[in-house]
Amino acid sequence: MNNQPGITVTDLTVDRDGFRALVNVNFHIGPGNLVGVLGPNGAGKSTLFGAIAGVLPITRGTVELHGAKGRSGALAYVPQRDSINLRFPATVHDVVMMGRYCHLGLFRHFGRKDREIVRTCLERVGLWERRDALIEENSGGQRQRVFIARALAQDASIILLDEAFSGVDVGAQEGIIEVLQSLRDEGRVVLLATHDLTNLAERFDQIICINRHICAYGPPAEAFNPEVLEELYGSHGMVLAHSHMGGETHIETHMNND
Amino acid sequence: MIDFVAGPFQYSFMQRALIVSALVGFLLPIVGAYIITRGRAFMSDALAHSIVVPVAVASLLGFTSYVTAVPGGIAIALLMGYLSRHTGISDDTSIGVVFAGMFAIGLIILSISVDVNPGRAINIEDLLLGQVLGVTRTDVLVSLVLTVAVAAGIFLFHRHLVFTTFDPVGARVVGIKTTVVEYVLLALLALVIVIGLSAAGIVLVMAMLVIPSAAAYLLARRFTGVILIGAAIGVLSAVVGLYLSYYANWPSGPAMALVASAIFGVATLHKRAFPVKSEE
Repeated sequence: MNNQPGITVTDLTVDRDGFRALVNVNFHIGPGNLVGVLGPNGAGKSTLFGAIAGVLPITRGTVELHGAKGRSGALAYVPQRDSINLRFPATVHDVVMMGRYCHLGLFRHFGRKDREIVRTCLERVGLWERRDALIEENSGGQRQRVFIARALAQDASIILLDEAFSGVDVGAQEGIIEVLQSLRDEGRVVLLATHDLTNLAERFDQIICINRHICAYGPPAEAFNPEVLEELYGSHGMVLAHSHMGGETHIETHMNND
Repeated sequence: MIDFVAGPFQYSFMQRALIVSALVGFLLPIVGAYIITRGRAFMSDALAHSIVVPVAVASLLGFTSYVTAVPGGIAIALLMGYLSRHTGISDDTSIGVVFAGMFAIGLIILSISVDVNPGRAINIEDLLLGQVLGVTRTDVLVSLVLTVAVAAGIFLFHRHLVFTTFDPVGARVVGIKTTVVEYVLLALLALVIVIGLSAAGIVLVMAMLVIPSAAAYLLARRFTGVILIGAAIGVLSAVVGLYLSYYANWPSGPAMALVASAIFGVATLHKRAFPVKSEE
């Protein structure tokens, strides 16, 4: 069981730029889970990911990554669109190859095995044909799949996707979810942060609703209720539909421009 | 024609000038490729101007400039990297302040050194504009040693530089120390600037660092292409600049910068005429 991936966050509080970005966050995610992290802009989603990834200092509490001890590259991060430097001329193949960096020693360069792994990962997300395209020449959805392939090349068992749906149309979101579900089926833990789940909420195993603290955590049908959505989006958010149709929960949130 | 091309190299000063020009033309655009993709052109110009301080100190004390320029240059580079992160004012403002302050201090020490060491002090015009025809055997040897050091640094850190330039947060997540990588690049930058001083001068060393790689950026599709094409354009600019310097008696820095700028102009026209088609 110890080798199974998982995340346990206990009493996590994080201060960022003199501001308490997260307060007393607690949750446990076991292996084989696809988790949507939902909250408005500024709710602390990126801060939570930063704390889990170990790149932001934790003020109080702990983050435990299961099955990741002593394993290089066990956790992968799919960046927000804004944090990528598109001035850098990298092809799809180059970006996925970056996933192999943490498996190389200081003096070693890429070998045939690395190239084969990159090929397998690109084929899996359906982008092998686009391997020579520059990253900036890809649509938002294709770009996300490139970074998912990089996480696979890294052989990560825990994958964090930050604002994965911004600039991605609904059809492409569907494609991303399908790839992520197949990773979940292999036992990986996948967390996807977004400020807008539109109608995809029921495709996740668990939803964490966050607005500096955990507002709700559980399967989509349990996590969402009018009180939670009110807490997330305040009076600016309108719940357009919250109805049970044929046993499925359809939830759409509508954000105004802020 | 053969006389025009080969004639100058019967003189040993021209042979030395050719070696140093080729090294400068080759090495500066390689480091420049990382600099322009990280948006660090202004910092490299500031660093070049600030290195006048250790060079001026050497001139004042009667040392060869490398004795102080190498450690001093690296120290200033690291200081600039630190200040740009920790002053709380914007990156370019803090770099601008250090740039102006250091350049002023350097020029004042240099003018004092002219009074203290008349005849032995470094010629200000040569330092600012470059005088590749005047390079000594020591200049050639030091340039070769520093070139090996920079090449080793790039070989070891290329992957880390690529990852941190493209995706700084992702790089930190996989355990790359992005601050260390930034400081390594700044130290390498200081070394190539020291190598470039004799050929390009303080004022125009940035031209050889940035213009060939910027032209290559317009022509190449991948980062490796930016490095290779940039190095080729750099060597061409430096060698043609050397001829201009020899035949027209121009200072070598402006001559090399002029050739590089002309190539950049051609690259821009080429890019406009043949824009890269998106593969969508």
